[in-house]
Amino acid sequence: MSTAPRQSAAPRVTGARVPDGPTAPPALVEIVDATVVLGGRTVWSGVGATIAPGEFVAILGPNGVGKSTLLKAVLGLVPLARGTVRLLGRPPGQANHDVGYLPQRRSFDASLRIRGLDVVRLGLDGDRWGLPLPGPRSRAAAARVRELVDLVGAGGYAHRPIGQLSGGEQQRLLIAQALARRPRLLMLDEPLDSLDLPNQAGVAALISQICRTEGVAVMIVAHDVNPILSYLDRVIYLGQGGAVSGTPGEVITAATLTRLYGTPIEVLSTSDGRLVVVGQPEAPALHTDRHPEHA
Amino acid sequence: MTGTFTWNLLADIRDMWAYDAMVNAFRAGTIVAVLAALVGWFMVLRRQSFAGHTLALVGFPGAAGAVWLGLSVTLGYFTFCLAAALVIAVLRTGGRRGYSEESAVIGTVQAFALATGMLFVSLYKGFLNGTTELLFGAFTGITADQVTVLAGVAVVVLAVLAVIGRPLLFASVDTDVARAHGVPSRVLDTVFLLLLGAAAAEASQITGALLVFALLVLPPATAQLVTARPGRSLAVSVGLAVLVVWVALFVGYYSPYPIGFWVTTTAFGAYALTSVLTGRTRSIPRRAAA
Repeated sequence: MSTAPRQSAAPRVTGARVPDGPTAPPALVEIVDATVVLGGRTVWSGVGATIAPGEFVAILGPNGVGKSTLLKAVLGLVPLARGTVRLLGRPPGQANHDVGYLPQRRSFDASLRIRGLDVVRLGLDGDRWGLPLPGPRSRAAAARVRELVDLVGAGGYAHRPIGQLSGGEQQRLLIAQALARRPRLLMLDEPLDSLDLPNQAGVAALISQICRTEGVAVMIVAHDVNPILSYLDRVIYLGQGGAVSGTPGEVITAATLTRLYGTPIEVLSTSDGRLVVVGQPEAPALHTDRHPEHA
Repeated sequence: MTGTFTWNLLADIRDMWAYDAMVNAFRAGTIVAVLAALVGWFMVLRRQSFAGHTLALVGFPGAAGAVWLGLSVTLGYFTFCLAAALVIAVLRTGGRRGYSEESAVIGTVQAFALATGMLFVSLYKGFLNGTTELLFGAFTGITADQVTVLAGVAVVVLAVLAVIGRPLLFASVDTDVARAHGVPSRVLDTVFLLLLGAAAAEASQITGALLVFALLVLPPATAQLVTARPGRSLAVSVGLAVLVVWVALFVGYYSPYPIGFWVTTTAFGAYALTSVLTGRTRSIPRRAAA
């Protein structure tokens, strides 16, 4: 299942933006010269990126640089101070029904007595008013839930209370929930956070498989690129001054990152192909990013 | 209470139902049980037991104030409980997970409510017997009019709950994703507090302000131990609450002890038994708002 990173667009340092060629497919997400200011602090500025249908894209960068904020800006949950964001050609917030969003977790309380199946089902029709009456619609919904549970391989535990499942099991069910309405874009905010290494590898492989077989584009926020490195089409590396996007091989290099952060950065490659970025600055005031209720 | 118990249960029930007061008590008790079981189910799921408890206590100054002013006790319960629900909703400082601020606000409302209640009691001299009933429940004085009001309010509350139930479940379990799906979680928070206020006001009239917990928390908490399927869990909750009230009324009629004690004992017994049988020894999810 492991594939080498596909070659696509050349790296673009936004701010000095290179327009797409005339043959580029219509973008799923288009971010142009965007700036977000939260609580008087500029989270990032001059960020630009495009995401094409079916692409597997990682958003990388040090803690507190505003990776989650980028997803929220695309969803319209955080306003832009400058620039534009287009999601499926529409302004933020108007096409969210085509997005499966998995916020930064968010683990369920151990005493929550709701089955995994029910949590997946809520992703399908949880926003509908009124009672779920038995009938064709309800049967179709139940069938879709079974299909999703099989897709993420959660058949063995989906009927158990979600609070009693492991982090990896919960994450698989949440991915199923995010996929419930056949989105064209899956936005995953640190889905591998707080999972052990085998589960990180398993969930990363699952996301990649969904991206390929279901044709869903994936925007994944990650603190560590290594578990997903072999699946990525492109990365967007965020710094406070802007962003660089391109293939992992183009972006995760000492030269590009040094230019992005304006401070010497080394990228080391281990014998098993893992990348270690040394010297990237940790942004100050992480709290606004980690606690979005203050947004 | 007044009856003479024989071991012929059918005859006992017939004997008991010969009194209009007991028939009204059964009607009112059933309405309140159904309502409390359904609203309480969401309350337990949302860990808002502390808010529910406070709203129930607010019924005490409401009723005491109504007696002092010579108004209907029922009116006093509903006015105060709904007003307190709005106060809690408004004072909740921003933030979807502002539970620590929320419990501080709720605690303040609760202390103020009890103090106000005692003020009303002292303003209305010679009210001491009534105070016990307001706090610990009574079922003999329920009139047919009161039953009608209880039923009317219950129908409205349950209709609203039926409409918002699914998005409310979504917002309760998974706030962030629900909001991304366009569920107005803040509005639902307020609406639910109002429903909880109405349910607490209703339950207060049977169990008294202090023992509302027996109906709002115990049957839903027991049901959630029994099954993790939302539909079945709600049904079990209703069944248990109705059973608890019927048993309590029956025993209460043939015993000299207050109804609140029997409701609480039956409900707690069912919870304890279920915990043992399902092998779970978690504590009752009370005051989990903190």
